[in-house]
Amino acid sequence: MPKKNDNELTWKDLEIGNIVVEPGNASEYRTGDWKTELPEFDHEKCNKCGLCFIYCPEGCIQNDAEGWFVADLYYCKGCGICAVECPKDAIKMVGEEEE
Amino acid sequence: MAQVVGMEVSLAIAEAARLANVDVISAYPITPQTHIVEHLADLVANGELDAQYIPTESEHSALSACLGSSAVGARTFTATAGQGLELMHEVVYVASSMRLPMVMVVANRALSAPLSIWGDHSDAMAVGDTGWIQIFVENGQQAVDNVLCAFRMGEDQRVLLPVMVHVDGFHLTHMVEPITFPELEEVDRFLPPYKHPFPLDPDKPVTMGAFGMPFIYTETKKAQYENLMASKKVILEVWEEFGTRFGRHYHPVEGYRNEDADVLLMIMGSFSETAMETIDRLRAAGRKVGLVRPRLWRPFPFDEVRQMTKDAEVLIVVDRAISLGGSGGPLCALVKQSLYHEDKKPEVVSIIGGLGGRDITIDGFEQIIDRGMEIVQEGSDKSGFEFFGVRE
Repeated sequence: MPKKNDNELTWKDLEIGNIVVEPGNASEYRTGDWKTELPEFDHEKCNKCGLCFIYCPEGCIQNDAEGWFVADLYYCKGCGICAVECPKDAIKMVGEEEE
Repeated sequence: MAQVVGMEVSLAIAEAARLANVDVISAYPITPQTHIVEHLADLVANGELDAQYIPTESEHSALSACLGSSAVGARTFTATAGQGLELMHEVVYVASSMRLPMVMVVANRALSAPLSIWGDHSDAMAVGDTGWIQIFVENGQQAVDNVLCAFRMGEDQRVLLPVMVHVDGFHLTHMVEPITFPELEEVDRFLPPYKHPFPLDPDKPVTMGAFGMPFIYTETKKAQYENLMASKKVILEVWEEFGTRFGRHYHPVEGYRNEDADVLLMIMGSFSETAMETIDRLRAAGRKVGLVRPRLWRPFPFDEVRQMTKDAEVLIVVDRAISLGGSGGPLCALVKQSLYHEDKKPEVVSIIGGLGGRDITIDGFEQIIDRGMEIVQEGSDKSGFEFFGVRE
């Protein structure tokens, strides 16, 4: 049976007690669409200290091959904690552009 | 051969849990439930019952531990009363909506304030809509039998729901009664091992208790409702099979000399046995009175109540709890709902009595019947209710 979209599920489609039998599927949940602002990283100011990575409550900030920190916008909720905590003022929250 | 022994009903309930070979008991002691869990703790400590006994710091934690134990596929038992059931309240909903079978004996007790350790049905009524299968019993034998039935009902793969067995605090829990205990082998044949289809298991991980977004919450409640209603079929099957195996028969609603009665009395729990004495006395005096005793509280037996009451002229429903500012008597409200669409139905009178440990005697039930008939003749109180025995 092809997988139904969330809004097509009926009460009969639910597992007993609404158990989720497929482990780890929370990773499919796009928390990124909650945000109105997203973090912009300024490589001129950033010293790669990693505090943004530590403080990010979503765990969506990782460093790339060169050590620069980037936010995964699929999960980033735009909370701005990284920008507040950055000791170098290297992160600025900017408005999300209309798609 | 089954043995008949004289035993305090609380201890008999604990023995029933032992016969059911429970794996986990988690509880917090509270009057009048204490003897049940004390005896189970003894049985575990003495090596007479191979189970984990988890003492907790509160009832909220006790029932939470039961969730975990049922979720791994362990046969789970707990007991509480009154304030303890209230402290469990949010977890009570979780057990049923997560479809985790377990058996909870409630030694029914009044709710504070004022503080009362004595019996009535306030605690049961406060959890009426939590989605558990709920059974009221009238004596110690019924308590033992229905604890065994409750495991079988709740653990049935078509059901997978927690079950509450309501036992009147003190009036039952602290009585010594003759109890017929089935042999362990007979219970084993009646009660197959519990298996949850998706137990918590590191080798096959699942997520239990995930959150429900607005797009799915309504569907979860519809599924839960349908499941609880469908459990009725299994409840009837289990009582039927229990009757065949053990010779004691149970039904969603039971009667006593009710078949040709013009005036019916209705009450749940142990007070019905006193009411039977009243019925006998009034029948001997030539009055056509009878008694109706709902046993299955949830899912509520609307059809059976309707069938057993619709031909009477007067139906007097005695609630041992009060819905303040609402329906008055919670049982009576459902009885009225059962009869609403009938063309021919009795005049229904709601009486609140037996609160906070106050007895209703044989004479008391006679007064209730007389007063109920008087209310109907006067036409004075069709939508309300009256307190029985309150000092004005």
